[in-house]
Amino acid sequence: MLHLGHVRCMFSRRVVVPLNSGLGTASHEVSDQLDMSQPIYSDRPDTPLPDRPWKDVLDATDKSLKQKEKGPWSALSKEEKIALYRLKFNHTYPEMKRPSQEWKTVIGGMFFVFGFTGLVVFWQGLYVYPPQPPTFGEDWQAKQVQRMLDMRINPIEGFSAKWDYEKKQWK
Amino acid sequence: MVRERRDLYSLPDAPLASRCYSHSKVETDEEFDARWVTYFSKPDIDAWELKKGMNTLIGYDLVPEPKIVDSALRACRRLNDLASAIRILEAVKDKSGPHKDIYPYLIQELKPTLTELGISTPEELGMDKL
Repeated sequence: MLHLGHVRCMFSRRVVVPLNSGLGTASHEVSDQLDMSQPIYSDRPDTPLPDRPWKDVLDATDKSLKQKEKGPWSALSKEEKIALYRLKFNHTYPEMKRPSQEWKTVIGGMFFVFGFTGLVVFWQGLYVYPPQPPTFGEDWQAKQVQRMLDMRINPIEGFSAKWDYEKKQWK
Repeated sequence: MVRERRDLYSLPDAPLASRCYSHSKVETDEEFDARWVTYFSKPDIDAWELKKGMNTLIGYDLVPEPKIVDSALRACRRLNDLASAIRILEAVKDKSGPHKDIYPYLIQELKPTLTELGISTPEELGMDKL
């Protein structure tokens, strides 16, 4: 059953995978790596019954509980029922769907990057940009405005229209 | 008629899958339900078939009818698998999504079966909380 989930897509490039990938591990591994050719356990809301039970290797208490499971289930106590569940499954649905705190890392990382970028831009302004052209200076700008008014730039609806030529001030 | 185990036609979602072709017959809800009840009612159903059936059913965009869940729970009983029975209840609750009234209805309809088979709901076992 080629049922690869989002997490496993990263690992499907190779048949074997490091054991600390968070996937259910069987205790019969001889090497460090997870054998992807064997049934894998997974906690996925869309796959209620995974390929493998969570605990493969049962000790004596587990085995006797499994025997008791063959009889009427009303004879099992709540703790035994929970124990049977935990033998077969790792997380319950609420546990597998619990929210993570990852969003804080993401937002924090974003702000850090913005801040760093801000510093880079500031440093740029100091050390990288060439000197400002003279056309930016106060004096030059004032003379430029006067020249534009003298030329009657946009006298109807635009620039010069806003200048009161009688009172010699902006309307 | 002898049916091959695991031949493709024993899977409920093979030939009669509903498609949007105008020329072919669209399966009704009752037919769908009946197919799935029959699937899980197989007397010698094995663990793989239960797994495959449940995983396929949960993949559909619907919450299974109580009678389908009932049939699946009885299949778990035949397989002596209480854990999977509880898991099935969790899964159908999850399938209801934001519609909080579906799961209580399902449990209400399944109460006789749950009592008969001795299946505790996740709520009764305290497993619905983190």
